[in-house]
Amino acid sequence: MLTIATGNKAVAAAAKEARPGVIAAYPITPQTEIVEQLATYVAEGSLDADYVPVESEHSAMAACIGASAAGARTFTATSSHGLLYMHEMLHWAAGARTPVVMANVNRALGPGWNTWAEHTDAFSQRDTGWLQVFVATVQEAYDATLMAFRIAEDERVLLPVMVNLDGFALSHITQSLETVDVGDFIPPFHLPHAIDIAHPRGYGTLTPPDIYFKFRWDMERSMRASREVIAETEAEFARRFGRLWGPTEDYRCEDADVVVVALGTLGKEAEVAVDKLREEGVKAGSMRLRWFRPFPILDLAGREVVVIDRDYSFGFGGVMAHSIRSTTGVEPYSVIAGLGGQEVTYDDIAQFVRQREVGREFWFGVSD
Amino acid sequence: MNPLPAEEFVHKCTTACAGCTSSLSLRYILKAAGPDTVLVVPACCTAVLQGVYPATAMNVTVYNIAFAAAAATASGMAAAFRRAGRATNVICYAGDGGTVDIGIQALSGALERGTDFLYICYDNEAYGNTGMQRSGATPIGAITTTTPGGKTDAKKDIDRIVAAHSIPYMATACAAYPQDLYAKVKKALSIPGPKFIHLLSPCPPGWRYSAERSVEVGKLAVKTGLWMLYEREHGELRINPVSKAAMKRPAPVEEYLKVQGRFKGISDQAKGALVAAMEQNHRRLLAEEAGTC
Repeated sequence: MLTIATGNKAVAAAAKEARPGVIAAYPITPQTEIVEQLATYVAEGSLDADYVPVESEHSAMAACIGASAAGARTFTATSSHGLLYMHEMLHWAAGARTPVVMANVNRALGPGWNTWAEHTDAFSQRDTGWLQVFVATVQEAYDATLMAFRIAEDERVLLPVMVNLDGFALSHITQSLETVDVGDFIPPFHLPHAIDIAHPRGYGTLTPPDIYFKFRWDMERSMRASREVIAETEAEFARRFGRLWGPTEDYRCEDADVVVVALGTLGKEAEVAVDKLREEGVKAGSMRLRWFRPFPILDLAGREVVVIDRDYSFGFGGVMAHSIRSTTGVEPYSVIAGLGGQEVTYDDIAQFVRQREVGREFWFGVSD
Repeated sequence: MNPLPAEEFVHKCTTACAGCTSSLSLRYILKAAGPDTVLVVPACCTAVLQGVYPATAMNVTVYNIAFAAAAATASGMAAAFRRAGRATNVICYAGDGGTVDIGIQALSGALERGTDFLYICYDNEAYGNTGMQRSGATPIGAITTTTPGGKTDAKKDIDRIVAAHSIPYMATACAAYPQDLYAKVKKALSIPGPKFIHLLSPCPPGWRYSAERSVEVGKLAVKTGLWMLYEREHGELRINPVSKAAMKRPAPVEEYLKVQGRFKGISDQAKGALVAAMEQNHRRLLAEEAGTC
């Protein structure tokens, strides 16, 4: 059905379509609209789920873990400080192999208080064992949320999935949305190691040094297998619903000499910058990364690369710039832009490309 | 004595210390709960005494979880079980640190939102698993590894905090009175909604007495009136006869203190504060029972 929705409403509509049994959530700007919408679905009876109104994000994730272990499909949503407050339980959810699906509406971290878009919140969780996908449109927020359940719950994966969307720049903007009847695209929830009272087990018991690492390796094996599962799921989604997503969204990259790499809404903005640069005779392209974990295998050989980081790792650099350098061997021009909702236009992005200097880092808007 | 079920859910060869009363109590708790039970255990001695993977000494499902997360995990779990039409008992078994300190937020939240579960705090009045550091539940005057001169602050009154949530059932218990504990767990599990039991668990290495005296120390805690046994069902308080007797004819507090190395050299001031807090607790409970508060 064709409708219009905000990014937040699209996520909530997709989560509803996936029929979760338990939703545990805590409000935080700019995510709140998602859980308000889900609470409304539950209250009006259009979604048969238990809405657990927890007292913190730490408890939201704990409740999702408990519910998942007891055999229920689970969903939650958060942002920024809420995500950081969950941090311990994010590790636990992945280690316990509970396929929780969560929307994270990317937002900067205090101090000072700032509710606008930044990716440092999600990147701070990169080693938790969660799969992470970044979206750029309302439609993509909907599609990625639906696919997240199927990917997380696949027995080759059984790891939680985080769907990231930019605060306000996507969460609160309205675009057209084609909703789907999900049918059997998402199979009934089945967790092979769910609690079985007839066969008592100890979950998470003391695990000695000669065994512990095997569980960690098993997580990595599943993370690696998830590449294939993601590809299969995206192909099946395209077959059923007509929209194909992949590890990146490439725009005019085929013959490009210089490629702009970014995530989220800035990656969409870069497409307009590419058009402008092409008018100037610059053979530019845009490669918007969708998956951050597992990190995509990229081919950037022989091109100049401008990486826009809406994040920063202090004392190190832009997380994406370093990720691109270490995985492709390409030395990028690293631009730090859009922190805490700093406005970045397509004209700005075009200028980043024009002024590129391989191997240098540039902080947009900083004069010294 | 009522005969208790013969079935054991805590097998022999746990890694608990000699004379451990939290593991002893767990035997009775699980006899009362039966096999359709999941034990949710945060970081605490019970996380360790289950045994080492792949073995477990427990014959019910145990779900280990992070320190602050037990009650919230139970909220999700209970919701999922009830949705599936299952009456499985969800029991949190947490130490005092995991309850009155780091876990208090999750506990308060789960009580407030009506989670159908039983939360049992086994209270050995310090962080036992890490080697006896002070917790909010450590009594004034007690020596721990982080209060080498004796704790200067009073024990946090978690029972009054829990009572403020107006849950359908709460009780105190003591490991030295296993029949009473068994009956209270049975009753708690027969009532829907959030339930709380605060269980005093004497700890030989932590309290510094020899292992064979655990029951004696627990009984002294009750007979001095320092630890009161009662239950509050739908707001109605019932004080156990043994505690009523203790209020009338208490054993000397000194007898309880002198058998434990942790109170060695306790100041008169700290001892006075212990007795004053005990007497205030008695006055409150008697007034509540008489309906005058």
